[in-house]
Amino acid sequence: MDKNISSKQVLNDMISRHYAEALEAKKSGELVAWATSIVPQELLETMDIKVVYPENHAAVLGARKDAPVFLQNAENNGYSNDLCSYARVNIGYANLKESAAGNIPMPDFIFCCNNICNTVIKWYENLARELRIPMILIDTPFNHTFDVPEHSVKYIREQFNHAIGQLEQITGKKFDHDRLKEVMKISTETARLWKKATALAAAQPSPFNGFDLFNYMAVIVCMRGKQEGLDLFKFWAEELQEKIDCGEGPWKDQPEKYRVMWDGIACWPHLADTSKILRKNGINLITSTYPDSWTIVYDSDDLDAMARAYSSNYANRNLAYGTGNIVQIVKDFSLDGIIYHSNRSCKLMDFRQYEVQRQVHEQTGVASVIFDGDQTDPGAFSLAQYETRIQALMEMMEQRRNERLSRR
Amino acid sequence: MVLGIDIGSSSSKAVIINAQLEILGKAVFNTGAGTQGPEKAVLAALREAGISREEIKFSVVTGYGRMTYDKADKQITEITCHARGAAHMVPSARTVIDIGGQDAKVIRLDKDGKVENFVMNEKCAAGTGRFLEVMARILDCSIGNLSSLSENASEEIIISNTCTVFAESEVISQLSSGAKRENVAQGAHKSVAKRVAGLGNRLGLTPDVVMTGGVALNKGVVAALEKEIGQKITVVENPQIVGAIGAALYALEMAS
Ligand code: SF4
Repeated sequence: MDKNISSKQVLNDMISRHYAEALEAKKSGELVAWATSIVPQELLETMDIKVVYPENHAAVLGARKDAPVFLQNAENNGYSNDLCSYARVNIGYANLKESAAGNIPMPDFIFCCNNICNTVIKWYENLARELRIPMILIDTPFNHTFDVPEHSVKYIREQFNHAIGQLEQITGKKFDHDRLKEVMKISTETARLWKKATALAAAQPSPFNGFDLFNYMAVIVCMRGKQEGLDLFKFWAEELQEKIDCGEGPWKDQPEKYRVMWDGIACWPHLADTSKILRKNGINLITSTYPDSWTIVYDSDDLDAMARAYSSNYANRNLAYGTGNIVQIVKDFSLDGIIYHSNRSCKLMDFRQYEVQRQVHEQTGVASVIFDGDQTDPGAFSLAQYETRIQALMEMMEQRRNERLSRR
Repeated sequence: MVLGIDIGSSSSKAVIINAQLEILGKAVFNTGAGTQGPEKAVLAALREAGISREEIKFSVVTGYGRMTYDKADKQITEITCHARGAAHMVPSARTVIDIGGQDAKVIRLDKDGKVENFVMNEKCAAGTGRFLEVMARILDCSIGNLSSLSENASEEIIISNTCTVFAESEVISQLSSGAKRENVAQGAHKSVAKRVAGLGNRLGLTPDVVMTGGVALNKGVVAALEKEIGQKITVVENPQIVGAIGAALYALEMAS
């Protein structure tokens, strides 16, 4: 990679190219799939199928402040305002098909995995029905046990086999199992490098610049099985390591005073404001539960390993795992605080949030705060309320730090 | 001498204290952020203390209007200031309930009176002073008289809508179908108490529980809340100025 440009520029180019190529492919008659954010994309990559991710696209429209027309359109067509705003944006987009903030090609089929939530099933079923296209569903039962039980692995593996048959039918091509092994190798490596890069935020000060994580995430979502995704994370990790070696923190003009993690999705329409207020208070957002969500690593190169990996997404695992995961993050990254985004859209994430907060507080004593917002619906957020909560968090962290210093 | 100012959404408070922690001047005005209220409160507190503005060594502003008030030396959130003020006035306090004009908060204090954790109402006026204001208006009484009105309640009335706008129409229809004003007033108190108790139970209500803020002057709400949480609530003298006292205590610390 050209070292005169930054990894962020490479990232931005890659994302624009990802969307441009998908649009191009569609025009030249290639098949396009719409898929949920943590699907076994390896199956699609093996078949050389172009994939776009409606959640990522909805986030882009949200960040570029173009979500409201699509939200409104979905609601006009009878979808409830209580439905996840990613779903509403995408359902509106499937209808309007045009956004000044960026377009995606319409799908030839739908590829859905419910390891992130069950909203996606009905959302995707409706798309498939309205657009009259096939849908492939991978059902990953919630893990009530700490680890993925063997019967789930078997159940999911059989679905992979079924999905492969469906893909062969849709494409009219034979599935190449050797190619799948190669793709799995690349995605494991990409995931490892993603984890490595994001883990560098443990340095003090962290080389991350606040919301970087949310930007780079686009590649681990959209390009996990591609060599260029792998290369980008390698480059990013090197860049971060250089910053660490020079002792560089997140900002040139101010030091990192407090280190926090963000639980949940960003508030895309208010990204600038939410990050500005953190910075104003000297708070650096260095990690979240995301680095682990996409650390999809295979312990072998077969479908069982893939079943285990995709079922292991933290949203699909039990409370003990969810809490333990955050407790470990608090320790590994020497956090001063946690910001919990109570996201109006995401029932799944909110469902156990209060309890996770309570248990994490009990186990770590780390300061935390919950604020109300939404990932793409700009109306479900109040800046003044957010600011008061963040400032109160800063005051709690400051007071704890002063106490620690005075005890020395 | 130092100054603490608390600018809420519907009232402004100012307190002046000296190094011996004596309150030399205090004032409450019933207009809040974006009005002349804050200035009037500061001037009235100065007048009561018999001093001029130049004699104030340091000032701290808190409350919803803190961001837009540029005459103070420092701004601190109302969470931290209410905690400080309450812990100062009631050293045994471990939980502070503050119901303000547009928010309700429950704060847990550690044994040194510092904020350990807190919860605030979700962005909605349910369980806040604004809800009571709307109810008082429909009942055609002043917010100050809502409590005494409820003392004569004879029958329990449930206001089931938490949304203030919907609760308004619910209450209007109750009144038009013959419900007594006294009963509705008590129902309104209960509605606020239920919401706030919900917040408190989520956080855990460690005794002693202290209530601050203007709504603490409403005996009906305090009684309803005590019933909901099954605990006694201590209401400090002049509960409206607790946030301003907390701000003044921080100002004193920062002045030295
Ligand atoms: S935001 Fe939540 S509800 Fe919406 S698709 Fe994602 S996991 Fe599902």
